[in-house]
Formats: sequence, C-alpha cells, structure tokens
Amino acid sequence: MTATLLPEGWELIVGLEVHAELATATKMFSAAPNMFGDDPNTNIDPVTLGLPGSLPVLNEKAVELAIRLGLAVHCSVEPSVFSRKNYFYPDMPKDFQISQYDKPINVDGWLELPDGTVIGIERAHLEEDTGKSTHMGGDGRIHGASHSLVDYNRAGVPLLEIVSRPDIRTPDQAKAYVSELRSILVATGASDGKMEEGSMRVDANVSVHHPGEPFGTRCEIKNLNSLRSLGRAIEYEARRQVDVLEAGETIRQETRHWNEAEGRTSTMRVKEDADDYRYFPEPDLVPLAPSAEWIEQIRADLPPMPAERRARLAEAAGVPKTTDSVAVIVERDLDGLGLATLELGADPGRVLVHVEQNLSGDGSAELRPDLLAALIALETGGELTATQAKQVLADVIATGADPAEVAKAKGFEAMSSDALFTAIDEIIAGNPDEWERFRTGDQKARGKLTGFFVGQVMKATRGQADGGAVTARLNELAAG
Amino acid sequence: MSTAIELAAAVRSGTRTAVDVLDEHLAAIEATELQIHAFNLVTAAEARAAAEQVDRTVAAGDDPGPLAGVPIALKDNLCTRGVPTTCSSKILDGWLPPYDATVVQRLAAAGAVPIGKTNLDEFAMGSSTENSAFGPTRNPRDLTRVPGGSSGGSAAAVAAGFAPLSLGSDTGGSIRQPAALCGVVGVKPTYGRVSRYGLIAFASSLDQIGPFANTVADAAQLFEVIAGHDPRDSTSIPEGSPAVSEHLLDGVDGLRVGVVTELLGEGIAPDVAARVREAAEALAAAGAKVEEASVPAAIYGLSAYYLIAPAEASSNLARFDGVRYGLRVNAATTNEMMIATRTAGFGAEVKRRIMLGTYALSAGYYDAYYGQAQRVRTLIARDFAAAYERFDVLLSPTSPTTAFAFGDKTADPLTMYLNDVCTIPSNLVGDPAMSVPFGTGADGLPVGVQVLAPALAEATMFRTAAVLEGAAP
Repeated sequence: MTATLLPEGWELIVGLEVHAELATATKMFSAAPNMFGDDPNTNIDPVTLGLPGSLPVLNEKAVELAIRLGLAVHCSVEPSVFSRKNYFYPDMPKDFQISQYDKPINVDGWLELPDGTVIGIERAHLEEDTGKSTHMGGDGRIHGASHSLVDYNRAGVPLLEIVSRPDIRTPDQAKAYVSELRSILVATGASDGKMEEGSMRVDANVSVHHPGEPFGTRCEIKNLNSLRSLGRAIEYEARRQVDVLEAGETIRQETRHWNEAEGRTSTMRVKEDADDYRYFPEPDLVPLAPSAEWIEQIRADLPPMPAERRARLAEAAGVPKTTDSVAVIVERDLDGLGLATLELGADPGRVLVHVEQNLSGDGSAELRPDLLAALIALETGGELTATQAKQVLADVIATGADPAEVAKAKGFEAMSSDALFTAIDEIIAGNPDEWERFRTGDQKARGKLTGFFVGQVMKATRGQADGGAVTARLNELAAG
Repeated sequence: MSTAIELAAAVRSGTRTAVDVLDEHLAAIEATELQIHAFNLVTAAEARAAAEQVDRTVAAGDDPGPLAGVPIALKDNLCTRGVPTTCSSKILDGWLPPYDATVVQRLAAAGAVPIGKTNLDEFAMGSSTENSAFGPTRNPRDLTRVPGGSSGGSAAAVAAGFAPLSLGSDTGGSIRQPAALCGVVGVKPTYGRVSRYGLIAFASSLDQIGPFANTVADAAQLFEVIAGHDPRDSTSIPEGSPAVSEHLLDGVDGLRVGVVTELLGEGIAPDVAARVREAAEALAAAGAKVEEASVPAAIYGLSAYYLIAPAEASSNLARFDGVRYGLRVNAATTNEMMIATRTAGFGAEVKRRIMLGTYALSAGYYDAYYGQAQRVRTLIARDFAAAYERFDVLLSPTSPTTAFAFGDKTADPLTMYLNDVCTIPSNLVGDPAMSVPFGTGADGLPVGVQVLAPALAEATMFRTAAVLEGAAP
C-alpha cells in the first residue's frame, strides 16, 4: 500500500500519542471507582469533582502500572514531577489537568514491530482523564447546542500517554505500532486496551517531506479510536498535505478532527489559537521517586513481551522472527503450545501451520502439546495427509482423544502408492481433454490444471490422497 | 475569663457542663458581635447539639477528649459538612460542603464545640479583613481599627471572648499578623504539620492551618489536637502530633536566640521595634544567649511571595466557574457563563491576584517571574538554614505596625502587601513561626513579637513564646 500512497519523491512521517486508561480499581488521585459504563456521575467523590478543599493523593497502583509499561517498552524510569495544565473546560472539574510535563516517569524507550521495525518511544507519562461532555439540542457539537450535560465518571481516571518518536512511515506501520502497543499494555496488565470503550485513544502527528530534506510542518489529528480510523485518517491527511504542497501552498501547523463518516480531516484549531496552558509544578503533590528496588522488582515480575515471545518461537522453529505465522501465533497467545510441541521434536513447519491455521475452535488453548506432536508424527510419517490431519486435529481438540485412534476411527489410512497411482490413472482417463492440455500446455496452464486434477483425485479418494504426491505423479506421467 | 485548658478540665471533671460553657460564649457573641462582625455564621444549633453530646459522654463516664466542651471558631475557608463555607466570597453562594476538613474532624474527636464560621479577606487574600464580600471585621481592642487579616474574624473572635480558641489559615502571615493586631497568640505550624484537607486553597505550597488562643498553653493544646499525619494530604509530614505542651515550662536557659537584623530596619514602626528589643532582653534575662542574626535574603520574601502565591491562586481558583457549585450567572454560552460568573463572584483583590498569577505563569514570562521567584525562595531557605546553624530560634516583629484604621491601606495594594514583610519568609521556607503579644505601641494597641523556628521545632518555639508571655509588660 505504501508504494502507491504518495506520489514519487514524497515520504510520510508519523508520530503517535496513545492515551491508555490504566487498569486500576480506583482513580488516579482518589478512591472513587475507575469503572466504565456506569450511570453518569456515580463514580465520583470530592476529589473527582475538584470540590473546594479537596486534595489529590497519588494512586500507587497507577504508578506501578506506568512503570510496568515503561519497562516493557525499554524506557528508563526516572524521578518525575506532576504539573498543572491550566485551561477552562466544563468537563475538567478543577479547570486544570494534573499531568506530567517536563519530568515524565518513563523516557527514551522503543518497541519492535512484528516485521522487525523498531519504533522509538520518547516518553510515557502519567496524567488524569477528563469528564465527558454531551452537547444537547444540536448536531452533537458544542456549537449550536442548547445545553450540555457532563458526566464526571471518567474524570480522574489514570491515563498513560505514550508518545512515539516520528519513526513511523506508513499507515500500516502506524496500525501495527498501535496493535503492538495494545498487546504490550494487555501483557503488562497496564490496560485492557479496549479501543471501542475508549481505553485507548490515539492522536496522530502527520507530516510529509522529500527524503533528505527536513521534516515538513505537522498536523495533529485528534482522538482516533479504532485502527481503521487511524489508518484512513493518516492516509487522507498525507495525501491532503501533498496536494497542498504540490499546489505551491504551505501547511499550517494545526489540530485536525477526523470525520469517520466523510472520511476526511478538517481544522479544529490552528496553532496561534492554542491555549497557553501555564504549566507549573502541582504543589499539592510531592515529586515521585520510585526506589530502584521497587523498579527492579516490577521488572522481575514482568511476563515476556510479544517481541520476545516471537523471537523465542521463531528460534525454536528455526524460522526468521519476522515470519507472519509467528506473529499470529503470539498474538493469539498460542506460542506456549507451539514451543511445547516443538520441544517434543515435532516438525517445525507443521507445528507453525497447525497452530496458526487449525486452532481457532473452542478448547484450542487447552490442546495438549503431546497430542499435537503425535498428530504431526503421523503426518510426517506419511500415515495421514495434510487434509486428514486437519480433520483429525479438530476431533482431538473436541474430545482430547489420541490422534492415532481418531484417525483409525475415521478410516484414515495412508494410501499405498499403487492405490494412488491407480486412482490418478482413472481420473486421467476420464478427462482426456484436460490431460492433453496439461501435458502440452505452458507453465501457467499446467499450474491451473494441477489444481483441477488434484481436486478430482482428492474427491475420488475422499481426501486420503496426499496433494504433493499427486502433483509429483502428474508431472512424472506428463514427462513421459 | 477562663482559658480553654481550664474549661476543658471543668467539663471533663463534671464541674461545668459543655452546654453551660457554650451558653456563656453565645451570650458574649450576642452582646458585641453586631459591632465586631467576627462571624459570617454562628452555628448555635449545631454547637448546642455538639455540647450536649459532650455532656452525655461525660455523664456516661467517658472522656470526650482534651478540648471537651471548648467552644472554637473556624475560619470560613475550612470545610464543614452541611454548613455554608464561603471564603467570604459571593462565588461560593449556596454551597454546602459534603465533608468536614481533617482539622474539623480532629476537633470533634477532641470534644471541641465549633460555634461558627469567621470572617476573612476573600479567599484569604488580604491583611485587614476589609476584602470580605460580607463587610469588614472590627478590632475588639479598638473598633475604629482593622483586626488584621486575612484571619481577622478568627483573631477577633478570640480577642472579643466569643471563643477561647479559633482556627485560621496562614499563607503569608494571615494568622500571625491579625493575632498581633488583636493582641492574641497566633501560630503558623511547620508546612505539612497540619493537614490541609478541607482547607479551601489560596496558595497550596504556602497555606497552613493554625491556632489562635489567648494563651500560649491553649494554643499549644489546640496545635497538638490538629497536628499529625493525614493520608489525605500528600504534603502532610509522616510523623504524628508532636508533644509541645509538656515542654512549655522548660524555659530558655542556654537557648540561642537571634534577632533578625533585616526585619528591624526600615518600615518597622519604632515602638514596635522597641517591644521586640525588650522581648529579646526578657529572653536574655531568662538565660537565653541573644545576638543579632542576619538573614540577608529575608527582605526579598515579599517580591517572591507576590509572584508565587498569586500564581498558585490563579490555578486554585479556576474551579470556581459556575459549572458545578456556588454562584452561576447565566449567559448565552458556557464560556460566557464562566466569565459572567467569575466577574460577578470575585472581588477586586481576588481578581487582581488571579491576573498577577496568570501573567506570572504565562508562556515567555514563566522563567522571569515564577521561575525566578522559586529561585529566590530557595535562597531565602538557604539563608534561614544558615541562621539556624547558629540559633535555635529567631525573633522579629510580627507586623510592622499596630492595628491601623479602616481605609488606611486600601488605596494602594502595595502598602497593604508590606504588612506581611516579617511573616512571609516562614511561609516561603515552610518553617513554623508564631506571634505572641508583648506590650503595646504608642497608641496603646497590642504589639506582637514573632518567634521563628526551624522546621519541626515547634516545641522550642512554644517554650520561647511561653517565656515571652510571662515576661510581657
């Protein structure tokens, strides 16, 4: 897709800011519950509402989760300071947001995408979420509304804002980055990563330039809440910017809104209108300095991250770590089964195929590695064809029975070569025109007809034939 | 007039009932409150219920606590559950806090009986209580004079005999200066000693709640009740309440006392300076080693304070926007409603400080103003730390003058700000300081002497004050 995204000579530069709601029981600075989907204004207390006289007290669990994520993306965990970001908005109870500004807790990390690309992470800092406004009596936006309703349940929910470096070059890479980050958030227990519930929200900084020249002026697209929106918005914005520049105009630094229905971005506010947030250190909180012991204990407790799991599985299977099936298996959390099966000496190629493609049903996660290894042994020993193995596996998953017994019960036995050759001869005899074209045709025609003949033989043998063996015999006969 | 300690002893022993004590003080309020206007609200019914509860506890043979049945007045920026808390501002009109401040809870646990909410300069911004939206408080020593501020109502309530104890808050001198002007004892504890939970913030890094009383011993007793760690305030010191009362009579023999040179010069009235020197002599006579002490950066406190305090205030007071509580002036849009509400709800001094603070924090000015002020604050702390290498306590005037007349300093805000020159450094540094009455000025009005001590050294500070109290002319 990237080859055709932008005209020759243009390069896309993307940096992402991901806001992840941390999976704490209570809010960032109070004991009010951190819960999605409850009735409006039920998960509140004096601190949530910023009532006069209330004071924030930092949630230790939020700090722990922030450190977990920070360590998982190779950040350095630093002493940090909370600041106040001051601006007036009705859904922000104190009319300032407590956020880490010039001294964030996590700095200078990176993560590796399944395709091997490394994306830098500038910082991952803690801040509190705002409430949620609903504008009534208009088209849902504040302009033209007759009145607004505010739900403060979300106010004060702990957020981790993870800021990437501008290392992303394509919309697909942006999606892969967010997807990888989500896997890491879930693996660390830092967040449930549910984009549809707003647990993860993405802002994209997009610019274009000619390679070798400085980066172009960037625009920030706010609040992208699905991978699909993210990809589409970046693609639209990149093309828009190239069009503007190729028309001889310049890009204004601005914040833009993504309209999912119209598939386009539009100006929200230009930089000159930006608020002066008057940041200063939050005097109601003390500087945060996690001890080295605590950080190391958190590090020791971290489960392996997806990239590490991919590398481990790939190494065990003897394939490159960027292999697609490896990424899929890890994403589905089936790499444990894959590794255990490989340890039993099963054929790596067949392990990856079965675990990636044939384990989608219920109970797959509980499949015993020794049963899968036994199945693969039958397959590689020539006693089951690939097609038969897949059917046997489905039964093994459902019943937990021994693969050999399932195969026997299904009447699957390896065909002898004689029986296979006889079956092939019968099919050739029944389809003389096709055979003639197979025999005399070019590579392309033969490829097409191979599928036809293999299909016919499979049908005649009710799947007992081995596709590879049929193809080999066909080529042998054609060569005369 | 009985002290708080005497009243509590009488109530605990059953000699007097809390209701009787309360009635006596309500009668005093009835007699002169109309002239003085110490209170925004007298909570007689709630007080009676609390006093009856204390009496029931005593009758049941239990101990209501060290402040059993002692009436106490609360500055009206301390949250009291279900009782209006106004900060003497129109903007909190109609708001009822759903919770008690930590200090209010601790008072209740100690058996004290809150009798009302006292007047203050709006949001504690002022030094005369003239900035109250509900009219000024008058000084009980001279009704033509201000009581000081911002805790003018709390100081006046004690001076007038409305209550033996009261609580104020001190951001730049708002307890000590009115204590001096009204002739009572006023204490600003170490920053973090007393929980700020439920204190409506003016400047969070400077605010501290503290006692007013007629005697040093009463102030010490109240301090012990309200001090100590509170998990709801992240800036709260981890330790529990320190024992100060038991050291009150330890004296000052051998104590190293420094008289701050920089706070006895220009701008300090000669009669006030004279009382401070006499106080120093009194301490020397009691065995203390008294010397001049130089704290060069102390004089820069005022400038730093009037950047830091407004900066924090501009942010702390942003929440009064008409959306959730208090005053709302309706307008066409939310933004216009916020502007109309704040325009109508805040008084001139509050607006002035919000604008000062907003400017000091603005992009491009932050370093030159707020940043620079914080650096000066560090210098002041360093100079005080150096002084405390040589001295156990320091001495200075509390206020440059005795109580001044209404309107004297309202025309030029800077002359009003200069009132805080001696008290501000302790807030910037976070150290404790207290004002103790020591004689009178040429006009016959009380003079307060300020005892300053290093962080957490309240016990030394209180026992020094106790010696001064005993030696006062």
